[in-house]
Parts: sequence; C-alpha cells; structure tokens
Amino acid sequence: MLAIETKNLTKEFNGLKAVDNISLEVKEGEIFGLLGPNGAGKTTTIKMLATLLAPTKGEAKVCGFDILKQRDEVRNSIGIVFQEPALDNRLTGYENLDFHARLYGLDTQTRKKRIEKVLNLVELQEKANVLVINYSGGMQRRLEIARGLMHYPKVLFLDEPTLGLDPQTRHRIWDYILLLNQKEKITVILTTHYMEEADYLCQRVGIIDFGKIVALNTPQNLKNILGGDVITIEAFPPQKAFDALKIFSWVLKISQHNDIINLNVQEGERKIPLLMEIDQKEAGFMIKSINLRKPTLEDVFLHFTGRTIRETDAGQSEKLKRMRHRVRR
Amino acid sequence: MKSKNLQVIYVMWLREMKRFLRAKSRVIGTIAMPFFFLISFGFGMRQGFNLPGMPQMNYLNFLVPGIIGMTMLFNSMFAGISVLWDREFGFLKEILVAPVKRFAIVLGRIAGGITTALIQAILILILSLFIGFKISNPLGIILAILFMILIGIGFIGLGVALASILETMESFGVINQLIIFPTFLLSGAFFPVTNFPGFLRPIVLIDPLTYGVDGLRASLIGFSQFPLILDLVILLIFGLLMVALGSWLFNKTEI
Repeated sequence: MLAIETKNLTKEFNGLKAVDNISLEVKEGEIFGLLGPNGAGKTTTIKMLATLLAPTKGEAKVCGFDILKQRDEVRNSIGIVFQEPALDNRLTGYENLDFHARLYGLDTQTRKKRIEKVLNLVELQEKANVLVINYSGGMQRRLEIARGLMHYPKVLFLDEPTLGLDPQTRHRIWDYILLLNQKEKITVILTTHYMEEADYLCQRVGIIDFGKIVALNTPQNLKNILGGDVITIEAFPPQKAFDALKIFSWVLKISQHNDIINLNVQEGERKIPLLMEIDQKEAGFMIKSINLRKPTLEDVFLHFTGRTIRETDAGQSEKLKRMRHRVRR
Repeated sequence: MKSKNLQVIYVMWLREMKRFLRAKSRVIGTIAMPFFFLISFGFGMRQGFNLPGMPQMNYLNFLVPGIIGMTMLFNSMFAGISVLWDREFGFLKEILVAPVKRFAIVLGRIAGGITTALIQAILILILSLFIGFKISNPLGIILAILFMILIGIGFIGLGVALASILETMESFGVINQLIIFPTFLLSGAFFPVTNFPGFLRPIVLIDPLTYGVDGLRASLIGFSQFPLILDLVILLIFGLLMVALGSWLFNKTEI
C-alpha cells in the first residue's frame, strides 16, 4: 500500500506557485526525504498533506485517504513535527504531551505509559515538569519529536527536524527516527536542506526546487547519475599508467593532469582492489597514491539545479522571500 | 455529543485553567483595570447622579453591574482572540492538525474563557461589596451569573471569529480600539442609555453588551431600562450567532 500519493499537487500564493505540479508516491515503511533550499516548497507540501492547507490544484492521498474529503481520517493517521515550534511554552513538557494524548483520545493508562515511553526516548524524563519556556532549543525539538510519536502515527512528517541543532543532538535524533521506522514500522516523510541528513536517513530522496521535483531516486542512484565515483591516482610515469588504465572497460572516463590521473567509475570502492591487481612492474609504472571521492547529494543538487544549496539559500529573489514569509505564517 | 468531543472541550478548558493559574500578573492586571474604574468613577461621581424620570440612586450601585459587564467583555474578547496568540506561537498548528472537531475546540475555548472571566467578574463583585455596593436581592446573584455567562459566550465567539479572519497579532490593536472600547462605552455601563442622543441610539441598541449590562442591573439592583426577558432573549441569540460564526470561521482557518 502507498503511504502517500500525490497527483499534480499545486499550491499558489497570490499567483506564485509555491508547489508546482508535484506527483509522487511513497511506499509504506519508507523513509522519504524532500531535499531543497528554503522556500523551495517543502513545508507547503507537508502542510497540504497534513490537511493544514488546501491545494490550489491537484490531489493527494495519505494512507489512502483524500486530504480534502477525508480530513479526519488523514489527521488520525499522521503525526507531524513542525519546522517552527508548536508547543505551549506556558505548560510543562509533561503537560504538552498530556494535552496531545487527550486530544488524540488516548485513555488514562495508555496516556501515562506512552508519555513515559516517549520522554525516555528523547531523554527528557528529568525535565518533564519544567515549563517549556525554560527549555533549550534542542530540548524543545526533542519534546516535539516525542509528541509526534505519541499516538503511533502510520505516517510521520518531520519538517526540518534537526534545523539549528548541535551535531550531537542531531545524530541522536537521526537514530530515533531510524529506530522508529524499524521498530514501529512508521513511514517517515522528512524535509531537509541538510545533504548529510538526507543521505543518512532516506531510502529515497526527491530534490525539490522552485516548487518542482527535479529528481527522485535513492541517494545512491542520484549520485550514480553524476557518472559515479572519482578515483584519483598519482602515478609515475603518468603516461605509462594512463595507457595501461584506459583499456579497462569499467573506466568510464579518464583524464590526466600532470602526475594525476582521474578515473570516473561506478562503485569506486570495488575498483580499488582491481587497480591493485595490475602488475605494475610489467606495465612499467608505479602507483604512489590512490584517492576515492564519492559524489555527495550536494553534487547532485548542483547537477540538477545548477546551483549549490547554500548559494540558493543566500541568493533567493525578493519575491520568493515574501512568499516564504506568507507560507510560514 | 460524543465523549471524544467532550474530552476535547475538557482538555482545552484544562489548558486554559493551567495557563490562567500560572499567569498571576495577568490576573492582577485584568482585575486592576475594572477595579480602578470602579474606584475612580464610583467615588468621583458619587454626588450629582439624579436623572429626570428615574429613581434617585447611589451611583456606585448603578456602576457596579456595568463594571462587571466590562470585566466579562474584556476577558471574553481576550479569550477569543487568544487564537491569534496560539497562531503566533505556533501552538495553533498542534490543535488544527489533531483529528478532532473544530467545533469542539471552539466550545473548549469558550468553556475556558468563561471560567476565567467569571472568576474575575465575581472577584470584582466581591470587591465592590467592600466599598459599599448593595445587592438588592441575594437570589439575583444566580441570575447575574447567568447573564455573565451569556455575555461570555457571545464575546468569546466574536473574538474567535475575528481572530480567524484577521490572522495577525497587529490587528489586535484595531480590534481593541474599534470594537472592544466602543462596545463598552456605548453599553450604558457608565450612564443610562437614555442619556445618549438620538443619533447614537441605534448603535446603543445593537450593542449586545447594552442588554448584558441592563440584565446585570436588573438582577443585582432591581433597576433596568429594558424588560428582563428581552435582555435574556437578545443575549441568547447573540451568543448562538457568535458561536456559530466563530466555529464556522475557525473551521476554515489555514496555517
């Protein structure tokens, strides 16, 4: 069964297309990432799927339920951790969770058990009775993630779950997400503009730019599209090495620059042993060093959009910024 | 009503109570204003309150029901408009994404708002007894509480409706100046509505608080300018309309 199914999903704000004809499918049990710069339409997409915004055009189903006609069923199936804080900071952490549990109709016993469980999960037991206003940013984030998990949603939306967190907390949260996905079989849809986050967590990634999905595949396949890995070899004499290496069928591209030879290959880590099997004495050259570089999602983003994600974040047009402002509200 | 909806109303009410009990400065702040009004006008205008065609009465006795109406108005509007605060601080998303009826959320907010407003209005009533206010008939207090609740329902509903349309915190000032203050000043809280000149009469007569204050006066001091039943019916209609309007607009709210 499909957890998410959208057809030509579109959202316009004052004539500007924040989300432009997105059609995608996410399988049950998958961790799916929407990767893109700020203002690309990630949050708007999530809000439509979570029934908080009505699409201008197109349709979408969450767990088989239509996001317009079966809002209650959709809301019953999902959990969501918003990008910006959505806590009542005049309540304690425990009270925020208790509010949530009651809202989702959990009975007294389940409520107590689940609160304890999720508090343990995010290691906030000791801060449970502290007002949220006194929490650090990371603690608030963890509390929100805990809350999103309380009612065991079938689909969990995480909108920039680790934005602005320190690396340590970020890794802890990544591990929670993986654990949940594996143990509770929760489908996770996350948005991020951190390449390493998408790479670490997601089984498939959709690259979104100006409201459009420009590429969608597993992180590995996306990287392979770039022509695979780059093996850099330092050899002497370089010309002999170049001649010896260019005959291999697995070398997709070869180039020489002084003593350095660059090879484009698929699955570079499997090709290094092959290089070692070459009888260097017989071929008449000597390998001094080998370096393997794998393309990152950053390279993929650059490939598909012509910009790096950081450039995009920094240099958005004024129009988009204004739109973003509207979208955030 | 299904028990799930009752649970939603309860949890919204519970949240409001917790917030209220923690915000001591808020409680003091909202009680202080009506109390200062009471003291300054009550004592300042003690003399010279004698109107043609009306029984001679102590101005303080005339004023207290008006101030109680004002306390209910202010607190109820704030409770309704607090949807704007929830939007600003993001908590509204948590509420809106939950699989519950939006109508139940509005009812929960009304329940919470009425409780806090009632507590404050009753505190004002008690304080006024210390400075010389006389209740004509103790049983009238029950009727007065009914009127307070009706005022609360209507204005919380209106507040939710306004907050759902306006969507930004900045608009709160406008609501304050353009709706809350005129509603209060033209309600006859300070003077008999018959004192207003003819051109203001229509506004006075469509101001729901006019009937609220009149009803409170009837119940507490046995003096009123409209029939009690008229006050009740108009406030009841106003309350129902506003709850319907508030729920309808809140239901259409997007984030």
